[in-house]
Amino acid sequence: MTMQTSHAYHQWRKLKSLIMSAVSFLCAVLVIAPLGLVLFYLIQAGAGAVDWKFFTQLPKPVGEVGGGMANAIVGTLVLLGLASLIGVPIGVLGGVYLSEYGSEKINWWIRFGADILNGVPSIVWGIVAYALVVIPMRSFSAYAGGVALGFMMIPLIMRTTEEVLLLVPNGHREAALALGISRWKVIVRIVMKTAFKGITTGVLLAAARIAGETAPLLFTAFGNRFWTHNLKNPIAALPLQIFTYAISPYDDWHRQAWAGALVLILMVLAINVGVRVLTRGRFSGVGR
Amino acid sequence: MTRDLLEKQRANRAPRPRRSPVLGGALLTMNMPEQPGGAGLVSECAEVAFFVSRLNGWFGQLQALTDVSLQIPATAVTAIIGPSGCGKSTFLRCLNRMHELVRGARLDGEIRLFGENIYAPQVDATIVRRRVGMVFQKSNPFPTMTIAENVTVGLRLNGIRQRAVLEERMEKALQMAALWEEVKDRLDKPGMSLSGGQQQRLCIARALAVQPDVLLMDEPASALDPIATMKIEELIQKLKKTYTIVIVTHNMQQAARCSDHTAFFYLGRLIELDTTEKIFTNPSNKQTEDYVTGRFG
Repeated sequence: MTMQTSHAYHQWRKLKSLIMSAVSFLCAVLVIAPLGLVLFYLIQAGAGAVDWKFFTQLPKPVGEVGGGMANAIVGTLVLLGLASLIGVPIGVLGGVYLSEYGSEKINWWIRFGADILNGVPSIVWGIVAYALVVIPMRSFSAYAGGVALGFMMIPLIMRTTEEVLLLVPNGHREAALALGISRWKVIVRIVMKTAFKGITTGVLLAAARIAGETAPLLFTAFGNRFWTHNLKNPIAALPLQIFTYAISPYDDWHRQAWAGALVLILMVLAINVGVRVLTRGRFSGVGR
Repeated sequence: MTRDLLEKQRANRAPRPRRSPVLGGALLTMNMPEQPGGAGLVSECAEVAFFVSRLNGWFGQLQALTDVSLQIPATAVTAIIGPSGCGKSTFLRCLNRMHELVRGARLDGEIRLFGENIYAPQVDATIVRRRVGMVFQKSNPFPTMTIAENVTVGLRLNGIRQRAVLEERMEKALQMAALWEEVKDRLDKPGMSLSGGQQQRLCIARALAVQPDVLLMDEPASALDPIATMKIEELIQKLKKTYTIVIVTHNMQQAARCSDHTAFFYLGRLIELDTTEKIFTNPSNKQTEDYVTGRFG
């Protein structure tokens, strides 16, 4: 082989490498491009309708211009709170079981189950909550919406909790046990404390994930054009309001739907940024 | 409740020497299997800390320890040497009931700590572990805690809350671990901010703070540089005046330097236990001799 052919071969290899890195860079850009596009379009279409009134006023009756989504914003927060009451304790303790107790065989089945649950279409959760809560209570309610969303949170939180707990080196568990500290204290005060940021991250990401769910709320929380004073009654939620407004024939409602979508995505974005901030820092233990 | 128990236990144990050799005399002759070369017996033993009889240990189907019987003298350093996989770490972890934490691990046989059977059904493993502290190969300060918190964690999580007591025990433990002078001005800094050797001494202080009778050390210096290793070895010499120390080591020079007695394990069996001097100069067993002279392992 002469120097020249080897040189040409070298050039060809360099070119191939260049093409590959360019293609993979393009794909990476494609991953974040939709986020940029969505944000850009939402701001363009919705920012105009986001004003003080949007956050403070109830929806106006059909035909009247103006009004806001105050009840839907609060409703979404209430539903997130209710869902967390179910999803966080069960999810976190389930993750603790998977990571700290449990035989391999049982864990395999639980993980398998959780992964299937993670893939269940969200509308199915709505049906489940409808059957479990709405029918016995004979009314759409905030509770029903909370149950539907809470069920969705459980497998999400369980798997992330398990993952971050498994990241805590076994040496810490052994060191604590060797000090004569009882097992549950080791788990709560050493292992979970070490993984606290990771667990919180998992909870927040699960909350962000369900904050935008519409389908499970369609026939559980149902939506409400007024304030909900009793959680046994239907409650408004941003995604539901957006859905209702978006399929309506009124231009003003369309503008408000855009504004609602913008507020919703900013809420989710805020949670994600919060997670980033939270997982920074030196004294951190195990995060994501 | 827990604190009462601890204090009661403590009251029972002080002052040292706690129990007379009488116990040894009576028990030693029982159940002692015939083993070649007088394995398992230390001739001039004063007080016996651990009395181990016919200990067998398994991981699932794999037998890691076979018929180990020996006595470990109190307030002295006993080194356990042997090639990798010979069961020395497993043996050490049987002494504070850490072995049973591994999934599928089992054991049978008897281990007495100052006369008490630590595997008796009514004995709580956490109480055993408070009396038998452990230092691991890899230093493992808790990353969420400061230096001070790391030292007192064993006390705090066992219910001791009085600040004065915690601070006194912390200072004492750090002084015993020869770390006080280096850290006294930065007790509120993270435990992980220390150097490797300091972290290991912090772990020793953490183990000492709960005031155990025995300190088990599983290759405590194998991840450290020679100077940090030297400090740990000096520390062991200091600590053996008050504590019974059992140290597993890969490093035969280390065993020769810092132990009073040495046990040689091979393939899960105790081959020979004798004074360190005898093991390294005139061992009774051919396998021991081959190992300490570097012919295998």
